[in-house]
Amino acid sequence: MAPSPAPRPDPQSSTPADDPASARALARTPGAAFRHGMLQAMPFLLVIIPFSLLFGVVATEAGMDLAKVMGFSVLVLAGASQFTAIQLITDNAPAIIVILSGLAVNLRMAMYSASLVPWLRGATATQKAWLAYALIDQSYALSIQHYERHPRLSLSQRLAYFAGTATMLCVPWLIATWMGATVGQAIPEEVALDFAMPITFLAMIAPMLRTLAHMAACFIAVAMALALAWMPSGLGLLIAAPLGMAAGALVEYWVERKRSTT
Amino acid sequence: MSGEMSDLKIWVIIIVLGIGTFLIRWSFLGALGDRELPGWFLRMLRYTPVAVLPALVAPLVLWPAATGGQPEPARLAAAAATVAVGLLTRNVILAIAAGAVTLFGLLYLLA
Repeated sequence: MAPSPAPRPDPQSSTPADDPASARALARTPGAAFRHGMLQAMPFLLVIIPFSLLFGVVATEAGMDLAKVMGFSVLVLAGASQFTAIQLITDNAPAIIVILSGLAVNLRMAMYSASLVPWLRGATATQKAWLAYALIDQSYALSIQHYERHPRLSLSQRLAYFAGTATMLCVPWLIATWMGATVGQAIPEEVALDFAMPITFLAMIAPMLRTLAHMAACFIAVAMALALAWMPSGLGLLIAAPLGMAAGALVEYWVERKRSTT
Repeated sequence: MSGEMSDLKIWVIIIVLGIGTFLIRWSFLGALGDRELPGWFLRMLRYTPVAVLPALVAPLVLWPAATGGQPEPARLAAAAATVAVGLLTRNVILAIAAGAVTLFGLLYLLA
């Protein structure tokens, strides 16, 4: 999903829509573009809904009441950082460490934000605020693919498509959290839910290990986290994670250099 | 489990985390515009999830709180199954399912 050198918006381009899919995309009214975005986001619900249900269950098991569980999903709207925060709250880590760790997980979204700028430059401040609120992994991935595939879309078609994906993804996210919290209250204490969170994290991490650099980042972060586990709760994480990030960046740099010299 | 943390503190966490996350998402769209990011910064950003999440989870897998910090075979096996299925299928939900089945299966068998 990393932004790569890609076609830039070019409304003046004289090339005609060269395939039927582009022609259809360009002919859509904003309403149709909105519905198209909703439709294309639907497969992601298979991930979003169970994930959000699980958050509701786990957060409730960790002692959050319904208002706090929903507060997380409505105000933060970012699964991995919500799970991170709950885990550290369970460990009774200082608030500042909970916040910094939760934000660190979300830093990648600055990258998403930067890569959308060329496509959505003309949006109003209010539109940009909504875009930012609903900029999750899946709405970003779908929209940037759509924009790059059809570079001649109008701004309103782009905004409508994004709004369609975001609506289809974020509304079920909130509903599923609420359902999970309700279910969580009914689950007996004996069930080993302590391990739901580690399993969820591992399941998120494994598919991310696509390159040597990702593996290096993961390995260094794990090694340092284990070595620093004696530190007050959460502090080891704040040291281990940047070291892992640096390791990933370094390996990426080496691999690129090697590729360009051979 | 979190009896020691006050409601107020948790709400402060939720609200600050919410505002901070919004500002991260809004940053370039809303304020920084076309400013070029330094290359090393972009590189680091790319590895945030893959560094933060494993660092968080590794101690939980080796020393689970539920067993008083003792390594425990069912949880270790569940972690291994989750990672294996996640690597092979690249599917988050399948990986969670594999981990859950392994965990509850082994806890039942070992009990």
